[in-house]
Amino acid sequence: MTVFIIRRLMQAILVVFLMSVIVFFGVNVIGDPVHMLVSPDADQADIEATIRRLGLDRPIWEQYLLFVSGAAQGNLGNSFIFGEPALKLILHHMPATLELAFSALFLAVAVGVPLGLYAGLYPDSPLSKGIMAGSILGFSLPTFWVGLMLIMLFAVELGWLPSTGRGDTGHILGIETSLATRDGLSHVLLPAMNLALLKISLAIRLTRAGVREAMGQDYVKYARAKGLSTRRIVFVHVLKNIMIPVVTVMGLEFGSLIGFSVVTESIFAWPGMGKLLIDAILQLDRPVVVAYLMIIVLFFVLINLIVDILYSILDPRVRLRDQGA
Amino acid sequence: MSDVIAPETAAPAAKVETPFRRFVSEFFESRIATVALCVLGLIILLAVLAPWITPQNPYDLAQVDVLDGRLPPGSEAFAGYTMWLGSDGSGRDLYSAILYGLRISLSVGVASGIIALAIGMAIGLLAAYAGGRTENIIMRVVDLQLSFPAALVALMLVAILGKGIDKIILALVVAQWAYYARTVRGTALVERNKEYVEAAQCLGLSRLRVVFRHILPNCLAPLIVVGTVQTAHAISLEATLSFLGVGLPQTEPSLGVLIANGFEYMLSGRYWISVFPGLALLFTVVSINLVGDQLRDVLNPRLKK
Amino acid sequence: MSDVLQVNALRTHFFTHAGVVKAVDGVDFTVRKGEVMGLVGESGSGKSITGFSILGLIDPPGRIVDGSIRFNGAEIANAPEPELQKLRGNRIAMIFQDPMMTLNPVLRIDTQMIEAILAHEDIPRQTAWERSRDALGLVGIPSPEERLRAYPHQLSGGMRQRVAIATAFLNRPDLIIADEPTTALDVTIQAQIIHEAQKLTRQTGTAMIWITHDLAVVAGLADHISVMYAGRIVEQGATDDVIDRPLHPYTVGLLGSVPSANKRGQRLYQIEGMTPNMLAMPTGCAFAPRCRAATPGCDTAPPITDIDGRHLRCHHPQTVGVAS
Ligand SMILES: Nc1ncnc2c1ncn2[C@@H]1O[C@H](COP(=O)(O)OP(=O)(O)O)[C@@H](O)[C@H]1O
Ligand code: SF4
Ligand SMILES: [Mg+2]
Repeated sequence: MTVFIIRRLMQAILVVFLMSVIVFFGVNVIGDPVHMLVSPDADQADIEATIRRLGLDRPIWEQYLLFVSGAAQGNLGNSFIFGEPALKLILHHMPATLELAFSALFLAVAVGVPLGLYAGLYPDSPLSKGIMAGSILGFSLPTFWVGLMLIMLFAVELGWLPSTGRGDTGHILGIETSLATRDGLSHVLLPAMNLALLKISLAIRLTRAGVREAMGQDYVKYARAKGLSTRRIVFVHVLKNIMIPVVTVMGLEFGSLIGFSVVTESIFAWPGMGKLLIDAILQLDRPVVVAYLMIIVLFFVLINLIVDILYSILDPRVRLRDQGA
Repeated sequence: MSDVIAPETAAPAAKVETPFRRFVSEFFESRIATVALCVLGLIILLAVLAPWITPQNPYDLAQVDVLDGRLPPGSEAFAGYTMWLGSDGSGRDLYSAILYGLRISLSVGVASGIIALAIGMAIGLLAAYAGGRTENIIMRVVDLQLSFPAALVALMLVAILGKGIDKIILALVVAQWAYYARTVRGTALVERNKEYVEAAQCLGLSRLRVVFRHILPNCLAPLIVVGTVQTAHAISLEATLSFLGVGLPQTEPSLGVLIANGFEYMLSGRYWISVFPGLALLFTVVSINLVGDQLRDVLNPRLKK
Repeated sequence: MSDVLQVNALRTHFFTHAGVVKAVDGVDFTVRKGEVMGLVGESGSGKSITGFSILGLIDPPGRIVDGSIRFNGAEIANAPEPELQKLRGNRIAMIFQDPMMTLNPVLRIDTQMIEAILAHEDIPRQTAWERSRDALGLVGIPSPEERLRAYPHQLSGGMRQRVAIATAFLNRPDLIIADEPTTALDVTIQAQIIHEAQKLTRQTGTAMIWITHDLAVVAGLADHISVMYAGRIVEQGATDDVIDRPLHPYTVGLLGSVPSANKRGQRLYQIEGMTPNMLAMPTGCAFAPRCRAATPGCDTAPPITDIDGRHLRCHHPQTVGVAS
C-alpha cells in the first residue's frame, strides 16, 4: 500500500516537472519572454531591468532553474493589471470556482440520477426516449451556447434569475460563499446549471446503464420473490448498488468541471479563476496566465493522485496487482 | 451418407452483398441518422457554395452598409435584398455571414481533425510496431494527456500561442491527437493477439508488413468513428475559444466569433445576431454527432446482436 | 382441501426476435400440504420458468399464455400484480440457485431479512429482527446476532444459502419453491442444507417444490417426482416408483447418469445428444432424436397415459429397470 502511494507520488512529481518544462518552454522559447513577461507599456530601461532581473541573458537551463526555484517559493511574478503576486490573485479567485464546480456536481447528481433511473426502469416509454435524446443533446451542445440560451430564457425573457456575478455572499463554517444567501443561491443556479449540463448527461447515461444491468440481476428477482414493493426494490436494492460507481465516476469528473468553468465563468461574469484566466489572456497579463497554468496542472495531478489512491483502497485488486509488479 | 446428396447448387445471387452495401443499408436503417446525414450534407453544400448563393460578401467592406445594422429578420437591406435572418451590429447580412462563417468553422474543424488523425495514427502505429519500452512510454504520454480535458489543453495552448487560425489548428491538433493514438493502439492490441497475425509472424513477414497489412486496415473503422466525433468536438471547441475571444480573430469570423459579436446585443433583446449563428453551429455539431453514433453502431461488431 | 397447489396445462412462452420459445408447454402437477415434490430435468428443460410462473415473475418477452395455477383453491395465473405481491415471500417463498448472486451485495443480512417480514406484516422492527435471529438459529447458524450484522460477502456459500432458507421460512409460507438450492455448493454442505430444509418442512408442514437436475438429490427428499423434458412433464409418480421402476426412456437415462454405490467404478452413463433447440422442436415426441426406444410411431406426440397411478408421456414405456 505504502509502496503504491510512494510510487504514485513520484509519478505525480514527474508529471508536474514535465509540465513545468512545457509551460516554461512555451512561454520562454516559443513565445517572446520579454514581450510575455514585461508590461506592454514598459519603457526601454524597464525592459532591460527585467531582462537582467529574470536572467534572460543567461543560458536556458539556468533560466529554467530560476523559474523553478521561483515557482517553488510561490513566486510566479506580479500581475501587470493588479500589481499583486499572480499566485495570490489566483488563490483569491479559487473559492468562487470551487463553489461553482461543487454546485454543478451536486446538480448533476441530483438531476441526472433520477432521470437516468426513470429511463432505466421504463426504457420504452416516450419520456425515457425524450430523456435519452436530451442527454445526447447535452453531450453535443457547446457549453457556451447553452449558457447563452439560459441567459436569454431565464434572465432576459422571463427575468427570473440574475445572469451575472456571485450575488450576496455569506459564511458557512467560516468560508465565504454564495451558497449561504438566497440572493447568492439565485446567482449560482444558472451558471451551475450550465456547467452541470454535460455531467447531467453523463449521470443519466451511467445511471440508466447501471439500472438496466441491475434490474436483470438475480438479487432483484430475489427481492421481487420476497414480495417487496417496486419502490423498495428500486430505491433500496437497485439505487444502493449503482450509486457507488456513479458517484465515483462523477467525482472523477470534478477536475473537468474546474476546467470547463473557464467557459461558464466568462459567460456569467462569475468572479472565479477561470474568468481571471480569460481576462488575463485578453489583457496580456502573462504572469497570471503562467500561474494559472501551473496551478491547474498541480490541481489535476493532485486529483488524479487522490482518485488513484482511493481506488486502490476501495478495490483490493488494484493493490494486489501492484504488489505483484 | 454424403454421396447421395448432391452438392448444394448456389442460388444465383440477385444482388451481391458486399460489405460496403451492407454497411450502407445498415446505416440508413436509423431514421434519425439518415436525417442527420442529409442535414450535414446540406450544411456542407451551403458552406461550399456560399459565395454563389449569398446576396453579399460580408467581409467586402464595399458591400456592407453600417446603416443596415441590427435589423431584425425579414428587413430589407439598403441594397434592396431581404435579410431573412436580420443583420449584425455592423450591418452585415446574417445569412451571408453565417454561410461564410460555416466555411471557416468547418475548415478549421476538418483540417485539425485530419492532421490530428494523421499524427495520432502515426504515433499509435509506431507504438504498435515498436512495442516494449517505446510503446510503454508513448502510451504513458497518451494517458497523461487524456487525463486533462481536451478543452483545457486547447485553452492552455492558445494562452501560450496567442490568436490566429494556424495557432488554433495547432492547439486543436495537440488537444486531439491522443484520442486517435489510443484508438489505433487499442485495435493493435486486439489484432496482435489474433491468430492470423501470429501466423503472419510465423511466416516470417516483417513487422512492418504486419502493421500495414493487418493492424492498419482494422484500425480504419474505429478511426472513422472517432474521427467523426472528434471533428464535431473540434468545431465546437474552436467556437468556444473564439467565443471567449481567445480563438479566431475578427478577420476570420467563424460561427463562434459571430456568436460572440451578438452576445452584447442579446441582453437588449436583439436575439437573432447570436441565435442564428448558434443554431447553425448546433445543427452542424449535433448532426455530425448523430452520424458518428450511427457509424459506431454499424461499424462496431461487438455492439451488434 | 389438502392440495396447496394445482398446476394445469400451464404454458409459458417467450416471444423473442428469433421466434417463440415454448419454455413451459403444458405442465400439470399437484402439490399437497406438507409434501415435497421433486421437479427434475436437464438444464434448459423449463424447471425454473415453471417456478417463476407460479410466482408471477415472468418478464417480457415471456408470458403465461395458457393454463391455470390454483393456490389454496384460488386462481393465481396472470393475477393482478398487487395480489401476487401479497403472496410472494409470504404464502409462497422461493430459494434461488446461487446464494452469491441473490443476496444483495451492498445490504446487510438483517436488512434483507427484516424487509421480507415488514413487506407483509405491520409489526415493530424489533420484533421482525428477533424473528430473523430465531430463523437463523433454526437453520443451524451459530451466533445469529453477529451474522445479522454481516454483509453477504462475509459469509460462506453454505452460510448464505442457510440465510436464504431461513428467509424463506420467515413468514411461515404454505409453499416454498427451491430452485436448485444446492447446485452451487459442495457435496457435504449440500447434504447439510438438504437435511436442514427437510427438517423444517416436517416441523412446519410447509409444502415444497424442490427443483434439481440431479435425481439423486430428490431421491431421499421428495414424496413425488415430476420429470421434465423440453417444457413438458414426461413422467410423474411417487418417488420410490419412479426411482425403482422408471417407465420413460428419459427417466431411465437420467437414472443411468446418477453415480451410485453399486455402480462405482463403472463409467457414468450419459444420455446421448443434446437438449432440443427450443425454437425448432420436433413435431412428435421431443425426446425422439435421443431416444433408444424410438420408433417411427414417435413422430406423433405421445398422449398422457396413466400406468400404476403414474402419469407418463411415451409411446413405449420401459418395462425393464435401469438401462445398463
Ligand atoms: N428471458 C428469456 N427469453 C427467452 N428464452 C428464455 C428466457 N428465459 C428462459 N428461456 C428459455 O426457457 C427455457 C427453460 O429455461 P429454464 O426454466 O431456466 O430451464 P431450467 O430447467 O434449467 O431451469 C430455456 O430453453 C431458456 O432458453
Ligand atoms: S415416445 Fe418414443 S421417442 Fe418419445 S420417449 Fe417414448 S419411445 Fe422415446
Ligand atoms: Mg434453472
